[in-house]
Amino acid sequence: MAALQVELVAADRKVWEGEASQVSARSVEGDLGVLPGHQPMLCVLAEGEVRINSGGWRTATVDGGFMSVDHDRVTIVAETVDAAGMGS
Amino acid sequence: MGAQIREYRQRIRSVGATKKITRAMELMAASRVVKAQQAVRESTPYARALTRAVSAVATFSSEDHPLTTEKEDVRRAAVVIMTSDRGLAGAYSSSVIKESERLVARLREEGKEVVPYLLGRKVIGFYRFRRREFAEEWSGFSEKPTFEMAREVGERLVADFTTATDEGGVDEVHVVFTRFVTMVTQEPEVIRLLPLEVVEGEEKPAPEDLLPLYDFEPGAGQVLDALLPKYVNARLFNCMLQAAASELAARQRAMKSATDNAEELIKKYTRLANQARQAEITQEISEIVGGASALAEST
Repeated sequence: MAALQVELVAADRKVWEGEASQVSARSVEGDLGVLPGHQPMLCVLAEGEVRINSGGWRTATVDGGFMSVDHDRVTIVAETVDAAGMGS
Repeated sequence: MGAQIREYRQRIRSVGATKKITRAMELMAASRVVKAQQAVRESTPYARALTRAVSAVATFSSEDHPLTTEKEDVRRAAVVIMTSDRGLAGAYSSSVIKESERLVARLREEGKEVVPYLLGRKVIGFYRFRRREFAEEWSGFSEKPTFEMAREVGERLVADFTTATDEGGVDEVHVVFTRFVTMVTQEPEVIRLLPLEVVEGEEKPAPEDLLPLYDFEPGAGQVLDALLPKYVNARLFNCMLQAAASELAARQRAMKSATDNAEELIKKYTRLANQARQAEITQEISEIVGGASALAEST
């Protein structure tokens, strides 16, 4: 199965980059899950958690921002990202 | 000991002390400039992601947004001037100020009223001393800008840009900063921040995306509303980081030449002091010889 290329970017650094099988985040309209093959999308995120499944769940807290999905490339961009739950 | 030698030795000591200070500042600037360059690099992924997203919206939807629309009648133009907080960085601040003066003159010629926004104590001092009016000032972070500062400045600019001109708003925003080209070249530069021109990195849609396939949530308009102010902040932040790196590089260069000059001065004064000492000794000898022969003659 194809995998998602995920990039989690804060204003002053790149927080995480890698492959994942699933990403879920909270948009301003509700929770949103992204699997490989998702339609291109650009959504505005609400404050909350972003969860990335790359062989085990990683979580990060963002203060809003947005997420773009385009050909299995997922870019999550927020001004500040608390990456305490990201692991290595 | 002759007064002259003492004076030379005094000079050597004081120049030596100054040299120590300038050397320390040079080394500090050198280590910080590396960190500053690193910060510029680390902020690029964010800026790139934003640019890509903004150009995606621009390509896939025909939304117009107040921040991207050119106003027909531009009467008030904001000028953001980024200088350092501290001096001792050679011509760094003055070249930015000179560039901004040129820009202000040009805007005035075009019949626009100029509203200055000042960043850094140097330009604030410049405006205060000349009793010129300005809209807002920020200082205290020129060497190590944080994203919070960029956001604060950006929010103020966007707010003023969206206010009607008659109520104290502005119609366009220019930024004067110093672009960090290399360690030895930094150039003062003017960019127009608002209205936004999203041209860089505009990606053509891949052939399989013939139609707008992008899904915007909640809607293209809201996405733009959220994106564009962030884009402004990111660009401002990038300008600030480049300016900080340029400032440090300029300071390093200025302090390097100050240290070299101090070495040169010490060398010169040492020579003079030695000469004075030698002259004194010669004089003493000739006095003794002269005195002895005078004594011998008198007997």
